[in-house]
Amino acid sequence: MKGVVLGQYYPGDSLIHSLDPRVKIVSTFVFIISLFVVDNVPGYAVTALFLVSAVALSKVPVARLIKGLSGILVLMVFTAVFNLFLTPGEVVFSFYSLQITREGIIVTVKMLVRLVFLIMGSSLMTYTTTPSALADALESLMKPLKVVKVPVHEISMMISIALRFIPILAEEADIIIKAQKARCADFDTGSVIKRAKAMIPVLVPLFVSAFRRANDLAVAMEARCYRGGDNRTRMRPLTYCARDYRAYAVDAALLLGCILTRVIL
Amino acid sequence: MLELENVSFTYDNGAGVGTRALEGVSFSVEPGEFIGLIGHTGSGKSTLLQLLIGLLKPTEGRILFEGEDIGQKGYDLKKLRSRVGMVFQYPEHQLFEETVFKDVCYGPQNIGLSQKECELRAYEALRSVGLPDECFYVSPFELSGGQKRRVAIAGILAMKPDILVLDEPTAGLDPAGKNEILDLTDELKRDRNISIILVSHCMEDVAEYADRILVMDHGRLKYDESPVVVFSHVEELEKMGLSAPAVTYIMRKLKDRGVDVRNNIITIPEAGAEIMAAFKRRHP
Repeated sequence: MKGVVLGQYYPGDSLIHSLDPRVKIVSTFVFIISLFVVDNVPGYAVTALFLVSAVALSKVPVARLIKGLSGILVLMVFTAVFNLFLTPGEVVFSFYSLQITREGIIVTVKMLVRLVFLIMGSSLMTYTTTPSALADALESLMKPLKVVKVPVHEISMMISIALRFIPILAEEADIIIKAQKARCADFDTGSVIKRAKAMIPVLVPLFVSAFRRANDLAVAMEARCYRGGDNRTRMRPLTYCARDYRAYAVDAALLLGCILTRVIL
Repeated sequence: MLELENVSFTYDNGAGVGTRALEGVSFSVEPGEFIGLIGHTGSGKSTLLQLLIGLLKPTEGRILFEGEDIGQKGYDLKKLRSRVGMVFQYPEHQLFEETVFKDVCYGPQNIGLSQKECELRAYEALRSVGLPDECFYVSPFELSGGQKRRVAIAGILAMKPDILVLDEPTAGLDPAGKNEILDLTDELKRDRNISIILVSHCMEDVAEYADRILVMDHGRLKYDESPVVVFSHVEELEKMGLSAPAVTYIMRKLKDRGVDVRNNIITIPEAGAEIMAAFKRRHP
């Protein structure tokens, strides 16, 4: 259980790291929208330029970003296969009843580029922003929803607590596994069903402990007079500074550029 | 019975540079010995315990149980873990079964004993930890803290270990619960000749029960001596963030004030006798 990485944060002090988390969330969204706006080579070049410069500024090793793609490898293969063989058009290659069309190749390349850019863009955000900063930013960005009675603060609090507890529970699971191993438990041999059953002595204590901790935390929060929501101030309030506004300007330029490539070219 | 030969351990943090947790530790455990293991937090005690039952593998050196290297390929770790019983900190957090009795059966079942033998051992173990019969078939989660801990210890005893290792078994218990656990370990040692390794932050407990004390400091074994010898190094112990039992300090102070007492006294009954003797010498 050791080495459970969450939010896969890559510590650093680059320009991207120091941006306001809200800017990073908005930028990621703008980037994703741009990806679906563009439809030609200059358009993709614009989004590529944005991604490459963001990665360069963040100083996150490219190898790490590429490694993150392995998670969607299956999805990529499926997308590629379906688009390649099932797009009607001018046949360039046929193989028994399977046909590859010119249009199919173009669509496939476009889809793959979009997918890769999308994943790299969003993982760049999680690499450069701590999970708790993301939760704070989400709260701040969702504030307008309060008008329609969405419990924004509570949702954000739950996300932060959940994120905070994952490493604690991972450590606890490690301790329980060791304790059951000391009682001669065997987690590594036998059929799948046997192994799944062997996890019960770990899962039950883990659940019990999660409830115990939740209860303790609730009491501790009450004891410090916690009450969510209105008029709550923060130790480190999120504030925009000049570089954040510049980043928004870059976002706007990206979106505008992408729309222009679509309209003009 | 259990021997450590020059054991070192480094935690691998993936980046090539690890954290050295143990450095050249050697000692052996003989049958029926009561060993106290003390050391400040982070001195390598927990690492050492995990090495003893093969949860971690030594980076250097070897660990022998009855002459066999437990790190060698194909060594039966299950068997080792049934013979070297390990009670981790807060062992009650590992309880999971519907009833106390079933939970204690878990260990014996894992070694592959017959159902009858498992139940026999569970019953015996629960009796030996002094749990009242009416608690056998209730959920372990309904018991008090001290009872839960005794059930967890019974879960290890049911495997009939030759060595019992307890990592701070009295942490978080009230004084009565604490004494029960310590007396239980002493009884196991006397009646069944089980070797005990007791990890504790309470110097008084270790002084009272242990035949031998191991002192860990920054991953090294600093002392491996009898309690009287170990607690004569008060200054060195204090430098390591440890101390001598409170009564040792009192006797030292008395001696400094010119009272004719020995200053190598580590338990309260001993101190009482020594003070009485000194008093009688003064007022015949």
